[in-house]
Amino acid sequence: MTEKSKEIINKVADVIIENKKYLTELDSAIGDGDHGINMSKGFNKVKEKLEAKDYESNKELIKTVAMTLISTVGGASGPLYGTAFLNISKIIPDADFDLDSLIEIGESAVAGIQKRGKAEQGEKTMLDTIIPAVNSLKESKENGDNIEEALKQCKAKAEEGMKATIDMQATKGRASYLGKRSIGHQDPGATSSYLIIKTVVDELY
Amino acid sequence: MKKKLINNPEEVVEEMVEGIVMAAPDKLEKIEDYNIVIRKGSPNEKVALVSGGGSGHEPTHAGFVGKGMLDGAIAGDVFTSPTPDAVFEAIKAVDGGKGVLLVIKNYTGDVMNFEMAAEMAEAEGIEVDQVVVNDDVAVEDSLYTTGRRGVAGTIFVHKIAGAKAEAGAELADVKKVAEKVIANVRTKGMALYPCRVPAADESTFTLEEDEIELGIGIHGEPGTERTELMKADEIVDELLGSVIDDIPYEEGDDVALMINGMGGTPLMELFLANRRANQVLEEKGINIYKTFVGEYMTSLEMAGVSITLLKLDEELKELLDAPTEINIMK
Repeated sequence: MTEKSKEIINKVADVIIENKKYLTELDSAIGDGDHGINMSKGFNKVKEKLEAKDYESNKELIKTVAMTLISTVGGASGPLYGTAFLNISKIIPDADFDLDSLIEIGESAVAGIQKRGKAEQGEKTMLDTIIPAVNSLKESKENGDNIEEALKQCKAKAEEGMKATIDMQATKGRASYLGKRSIGHQDPGATSSYLIIKTVVDELY
Repeated sequence: MKKKLINNPEEVVEEMVEGIVMAAPDKLEKIEDYNIVIRKGSPNEKVALVSGGGSGHEPTHAGFVGKGMLDGAIAGDVFTSPTPDAVFEAIKAVDGGKGVLLVIKNYTGDVMNFEMAAEMAEAEGIEVDQVVVNDDVAVEDSLYTTGRRGVAGTIFVHKIAGAKAEAGAELADVKKVAEKVIANVRTKGMALYPCRVPAADESTFTLEEDEIELGIGIHGEPGTERTELMKADEIVDELLGSVIDDIPYEEGDDVALMINGMGGTPLMELFLANRRANQVLEEKGINIYKTFVGEYMTSLEMAGVSITLLKLDEELKELLDAPTEINIMK
């Protein structure tokens, strides 16, 4: 199972690196213009690390991803994504992912990001993508959806959440200094989170 | 594009840190593989003070490493917080068993990275505590933002908490006096010309030839207003007015005054600002106990000035006057 996980992480890294310029452009509008640069720096290093050795468990693999992002990305994104992956590494199973384990993964990511960033939904951050995605998985479980349907919904809700940040005023992070001037721009963190969720979903089924 | 005296944008920070240490080889050393400056002979048997942040604000922070001030400073990439592993390395290098106080400027990235480093240090049994400096009065509506930014007032935290630690105080007491400084220090800055980050092709923001920005942040973040160029005295009145209004002053109160150049301002102009600040404070009956004019918290080659007031009581005066190796804080 770690082979599959490695493949997924590599694909996530490729997508982030491909979108380096796009993420940086989004960040230039309302932040300090380095989100794409820092994230691709981090995921390039992740690829290097994954290439270098075989991992015995998903826990070990994801912990490596976390520590690499923490020590290379910098800014606020490094600690936020790093803590999310660190939390995931504590609970991720080695078996095939079912809906329950995906919900647990999502919830632990949200808990990590909230612990670090102290943000809520609606503050124009990565949480505006991730929380709706996790909530969608929970709804699917209640509705008895199969996993394929659940993942499809999850991706759609993540995209909706990302786009909803356009109309939001930032109240956390560097964009918050812009006040109302942050309205009208899609949040770069919400965008990188969507790219990650989308890639994982596409790779899973 | 503004010209720069650099070799390679990617290596600016490392080469700078090497240069800082070479300027005082008997007093400072660099931690191998990291952009960290520590006091030579660290750790010392006292509470250690560690600060850091993005580079581009020199002499902040590495320039304040020395007896009576900081024990270690971590230099992140230009305008980018250092990573937790780097901060953790600095903590380990200076911890002398009496604990480490982190002095953090209030920016989302800095706070998160330093907090993670503190957790890593605690997991290794090192006692760590932190203070967050937020002296910039330009950010008013802290309910809807990350809160006020940490700017030049941070230097007074380094000086006063540094003196307290040097005197042998416990970690809790060093933290307490750092918090007293934070409660009593206020700053506001302005820019005449923007700066350019070495790795970027463009300036971080633009200003028209006849335009200035009041309340600017030290990374070029937006201030309170853009206005037409004014005379030096009028600019000082604006900045100092906001600073004085932010905490209650009574006639006869003592302050430390800092007139800080943003990196590209001639000293001549800073002394003009100091002259007017003295006039304003005298009119208000506020007594200047000590004056600092120069470059303390810069923003690369940004032209502009910030004015900081620290309201002093007897304890703060004594610690401000305590000896330090750092020439510009004597």
